[in-house]
Amino acid sequence: MATFLGINLFGLFGQLLVGLINGSFYALLSLGLAIIFGLLKIINFAQGAMYMLGAFAAWMALNYFGIDYWLALVLVPLAVGAMGILMERVLIRPIAKEDHLYSLLLTFGVALMLQGVFTHVFGSSGMAYAIPEALQGGIKLPFMYLPAYRAWIVVASIVVCGATWWMIEKTRLGAYLRAGTENAQLMQAFGINVPLMVTLTFGFGVALAGFAGVMAAPVYSVSPDMGSNLLIIVFAIVVIGGMGSIGGAILTGLGMGIVEGLTKYFYPEASSTVIFLVMVIVLLLKPAGLFGKEA
Amino acid sequence: MSRSSREKIRISDLHAFYGESHILHGIDLNIRQGELVTLLGRNGSGRSTTLRAVMGMVGRRSGSIMVNGNETLNLAPHRIAHLGLGYCPEERGIFSSLNVEENLMLPPAVRSDGVSLDELYEMFPNLYERRFSQGTRLSGGEQQMLALARILRTGANILLLDEITEGLAPVIVQKLAQVLLKLKERGLTILLVEQNFRFAAPIADRHYVMEHGHIVEEVHAHELEAKTELLNTYLGV
Repeated sequence: MATFLGINLFGLFGQLLVGLINGSFYALLSLGLAIIFGLLKIINFAQGAMYMLGAFAAWMALNYFGIDYWLALVLVPLAVGAMGILMERVLIRPIAKEDHLYSLLLTFGVALMLQGVFTHVFGSSGMAYAIPEALQGGIKLPFMYLPAYRAWIVVASIVVCGATWWMIEKTRLGAYLRAGTENAQLMQAFGINVPLMVTLTFGFGVALAGFAGVMAAPVYSVSPDMGSNLLIIVFAIVVIGGMGSIGGAILTGLGMGIVEGLTKYFYPEASSTVIFLVMVIVLLLKPAGLFGKEA
Repeated sequence: MSRSSREKIRISDLHAFYGESHILHGIDLNIRQGELVTLLGRNGSGRSTTLRAVMGMVGRRSGSIMVNGNETLNLAPHRIAHLGLGYCPEERGIFSSLNVEENLMLPPAVRSDGVSLDELYEMFPNLYERRFSQGTRLSGGEQQMLALARILRTGANILLLDEITEGLAPVIVQKLAQVLLKLKERGLTILLVEQNFRFAAPIADRHYVMEHGHIVEEVHAHELEAKTELLNTYLGV
């Protein structure tokens, strides 16, 4: 067995990989939350439910319509994004002028309802979704065995997060979003259709969760509570990273996945609490978060 | 329709509210093409609110605001600028998450014949030198130039400028006066909210004096001397 300074490298790299995979999902979800929060100033509690919806949509697409994984990877985010757009227009827009606490509670309600409906229809035991053929098997590296699908998760997530970051930070469309985040009213006075931008932004943020859901279907069991379990951790990550930064949301997501993985190797008992521990420390030392701007 | 084609803004009996506060109490004013008109008055007299009401940035409005002959009262706020309006807010509204050039390129064109980027950089060389700096890292004067340049690029031919000289060094105020005169020569119409009467007096065609949300006096440039005392009472200088 490969060891280095008494450390079992197989175990270490294995946990690091698990951490990176979890981190990939954290990054996708907290990125969506950060984009939505930036422009709408609401915390979308339904983000976890949209992730769950993405996984179920992939499962249903495959089992009811024979739509394979790759097509689902494109279609499901579009469908989930459309759900988000509907939700923004029909539910969030009418109360947008009220205290944001109301929209937050509303998204929480939507999350519970979606979870309830899926539990009622599919039960809570969870369903399997096969890994697509092209990504079955794996590569044997000197220090570990790397399953192809897991490598794919990490790569795809980094590519999607990176492309989103680039779009927001480097393009004209992104400049609209950044400026709208700072001063939506002035953007409106410049002649930009801010309400439309808000709708599309919400749709995009939610579509990211849908994308994560499709990616998750083959590795986690497709179950109604998969989103709510994950969302609690993602909220802690958002607090750690701070709401202010798109890049920060991505890096914190990946980073916390790795921290969690390392803890799982060195002190497994703490692995499920380490992120919350980091959250407490960050809140004490830098309340705006690692990448947040001090108010 | 017998509207005068040279009339760019006509405001009639405009009332504006923020929530329950009634800020403007029946404003009437009009501005013809190529005029530079100021709104004078003390802080809180409703001058900025008048500009914001035109841009659809207040809670509720009633009365009438015609821009280029179009009623804007029931227009969605994002459509108003496209009638050829450019707005420069009092706090300048430079976006800190955008660099200088991104700030400059941000507002969409509202007419086809905007000032080109090259020409703007020629007019404001500092902006060219600092085009990759974060917008809010510029000095106050540079930020003001940026806020002005930004709306010139859109082709707006009616400019609503709120306190553009506030807190700026005299040499920059002078430069701004030159820029405004140059724009006036080009036929742009300018409505200027101004505290600095010395800046406004030599360049403006007319002045409206506001108090408590009313227009209390209209002064033409040629009447300035005769009405100096009256203005002093209103402006408290």
